[in-house]
Amino acid sequence: MTDMNDNRLSSAKQLETLRKTILSKRDAEKPIITVCTGTACQAYGSLEIYRRFVEELERQGVEGSVLETKSTGCHGFCEQGPVVVIFPREICYVRVQLDDVPEIVSTTVAGGDVIERLVYRDPNTQEAIPKESDIPFYKRQMRLVFGNNRYIDPREIDDYIALGGYAALSKALLRMTPGEVLEEIKESNLRGRGGGGFPAGLKWETTRDASTGSKYVIVNCDEGDPGAYMDRAIMEGNPHAVLEGLVIGAYAIGSHDGFVYVRQEYPIAYENTMNAIDQARDYGLLGSDILGSGFDFEVVVHRGAGAFVSGESTALMSAIEGKVGEPRMKYIRTAVSGVKGMPTCLNNVETWANVPLIIERGAGWFKSIGTEGSKGTKIFSLVGKVNNTGLVEVPMGMTLRQLIYDIGGGIPQGKKFKAVQTGGPSGGVLPEQYLDTPIDFDELTGLGSMMGSGGMVVMDEDTCMVDTARYFVSFCCDESCGQCIPCREGLRTLRDILTDICEGKGKGGDIEAIEDIAEVMEDASLCALGGTAANPVLTTLKYFRDEYEAHIKENRCPAEACKALTSYYVDPAKCSACMICLRACPTEAIHGEKGIVHWIDQEKCIKCTTCYEVCPTRFSAVRRLSGEPLPPPPAPGTKVTREKKR
Amino acid sequence: MKAAVSRAQTKGSTRASRAVKKTVGRYNADPDMLIQILLDLQTTLGWLSPGVLADVSEQLGVPVSRVYHIASFYKAFSLVPRGRHIIKVCMGTACQVRGAPQLVNVIASMLNMKPGETSEDRRFTLETVNCLGCCAMGPVIAVDGVYHSKPTTEDLRSIFKGAR
Repeated sequence: MTDMNDNRLSSAKQLETLRKTILSKRDAEKPIITVCTGTACQAYGSLEIYRRFVEELERQGVEGSVLETKSTGCHGFCEQGPVVVIFPREICYVRVQLDDVPEIVSTTVAGGDVIERLVYRDPNTQEAIPKESDIPFYKRQMRLVFGNNRYIDPREIDDYIALGGYAALSKALLRMTPGEVLEEIKESNLRGRGGGGFPAGLKWETTRDASTGSKYVIVNCDEGDPGAYMDRAIMEGNPHAVLEGLVIGAYAIGSHDGFVYVRQEYPIAYENTMNAIDQARDYGLLGSDILGSGFDFEVVVHRGAGAFVSGESTALMSAIEGKVGEPRMKYIRTAVSGVKGMPTCLNNVETWANVPLIIERGAGWFKSIGTEGSKGTKIFSLVGKVNNTGLVEVPMGMTLRQLIYDIGGGIPQGKKFKAVQTGGPSGGVLPEQYLDTPIDFDELTGLGSMMGSGGMVVMDEDTCMVDTARYFVSFCCDESCGQCIPCREGLRTLRDILTDICEGKGKGGDIEAIEDIAEVMEDASLCALGGTAANPVLTTLKYFRDEYEAHIKENRCPAEACKALTSYYVDPAKCSACMICLRACPTEAIHGEKGIVHWIDQEKCIKCTTCYEVCPTRFSAVRRLSGEPLPPPPAPGTKVTREKKR
Repeated sequence: MKAAVSRAQTKGSTRASRAVKKTVGRYNADPDMLIQILLDLQTTLGWLSPGVLADVSEQLGVPVSRVYHIASFYKAFSLVPRGRHIIKVCMGTACQVRGAPQLVNVIASMLNMKPGETSEDRRFTLETVNCLGCCAMGPVIAVDGVYHSKPTTEDLRSIFKGAR
């Protein structure tokens, strides 16, 4: 095939031969231990678990019975991390601890038996579910883009190739013309996954037709939306899928230079991308004469330096030129004049990762998934007050209810659902009555929110909607680049008004002022981030106006969340003087001793809710009060009156 | 504070200028790579002193005003020395709804400092960040790059105690 010093693949056949060679070395019957080392699992110590597996296999002398121990990117079920899956039987162990490793090796890997204790248990039925794909969280997903993460060591290009990786690139470069590739993407109606939902094919076409000089393509991995981390998981866990999509796009557009722009907060994504580029270049899948097609393409990686606004396309392009990442007016689209004034096509990580799938399986297949206007799948970061937090990939058109309840397992601690926030700071909140809305670009926009990049933050009865609006506005206020007045001053004024309302200093006319400012911001801001920054305010106002009014008129926070309007109080009749809250209080604001009823020194209390959370539910002695007077503390030395239950 | 800054400048100047030269060289003195160069220097030196910014400007042939513009625009850069231990409290939406504001309060009152501040003994810098991108673990903090999920008061006490 290729000689020792040259790994370059120069034909479709060589790629296919390489794939077969890789597969032939793998015994499909032998177990593969995969340890999720995505960021969340790593934080739970999964790297040590991975190392322990390697040691333990050797210690027990069974390393020969295992094909491989693999550290992979994020599997998605972050709530249950660290996650270990043993293939081919797909035995999934959750919340694995270091001490569990020897037992897993001896019992499951060597013995073939399942360890019940480590298996996921359905919280409702208590049924133990050993097989990963049977777990309800995974069962209803359609993991086309994200699913390969669990089979791939992101630092090993061979893993990607073994799964058929780069076959789409080979097909595009060697069996299709650039025009045919473009038509396929247009036909698929793939819409941008980064926020706007603009048809990717049209963007590509505009860039291709813009002019004859140099053109650029960009992967936007500056995932700044708070509450969203899908792009991180793809870039960390399967960087080759993104690169493959990028090269295919570049070929269709006629570009020979690309950039990957990665958030500085994502160091593993940066490292894995750099490594993937080196490996792809080594195989001749990047660089000159890719796969012998005559097509040349190079990629440079840039890190962002921590600015939300730099994820906006024009701002990102100026950051790539080494300038401050501030947006500009888009009289001329970046597809026509972008990096260095040349036509530039920017798509988000997830959009690029969809491209190889479409080329390989065809636009017809892609269009069979999803709704009329939104095709394919979408990855969501399902987080907040939901039982199964993590990353989920579902076909477009699934309802919010299915996503939150069937996959997400509903709201923790039996609390009541209040709203779901989609689309990050440009999106909005949707209340319970819209839970049966199918998720697609147009449906969500119609309700005043948006799909955005896929953040889906679930909120329960304890979340204050005014405070949520204040949160997003302060976020945007901090992140506004300050070039245009509507965004800079509008946000500042909105933040002041909303902060006043949250602090019980709201007044009549505030709501109307908010609406006026929001309208101006929408009409007159320079970039889309400013134009949509008022959306969280407008949607909370539209669906939860009563909460605003309770704050303003009654000095009451219905969610008992706003600090200035909420007090914490230990009910003397219920307190058992168990000392738990007293010890947990970070400011030592709680007084009392064994047998003596506890009380909170309101002067010292910072309202951190710790006491409320740690008070055992069988006592429920700590209460939150809002909009009502605080009862006086008990006389010093008051003894516990509550009758002890056995 | 002023005295501390100038001391650090003189003390670190040779090391700092060596770092600048090396970093600029690694990027072939390409002005397009200004942000990347500053990111690397921030990592190596912990902060960007006026001397470092001036050196970068000179070696890249980029006006010092543009270097300052960038260094002051992006959150990743610090124009003052930071603490030995950096505490980042995630304020992303997922953490927000799970109690990040309360967590910041707790940490601030335990360390007796406000977000954005560096303690006088330079032991800690307390920062809030917009999203650390591990939303399922929220509320989350990162101390010197190590993530801690849902830390209790007790956890925090031991984390801070361990960071001398």
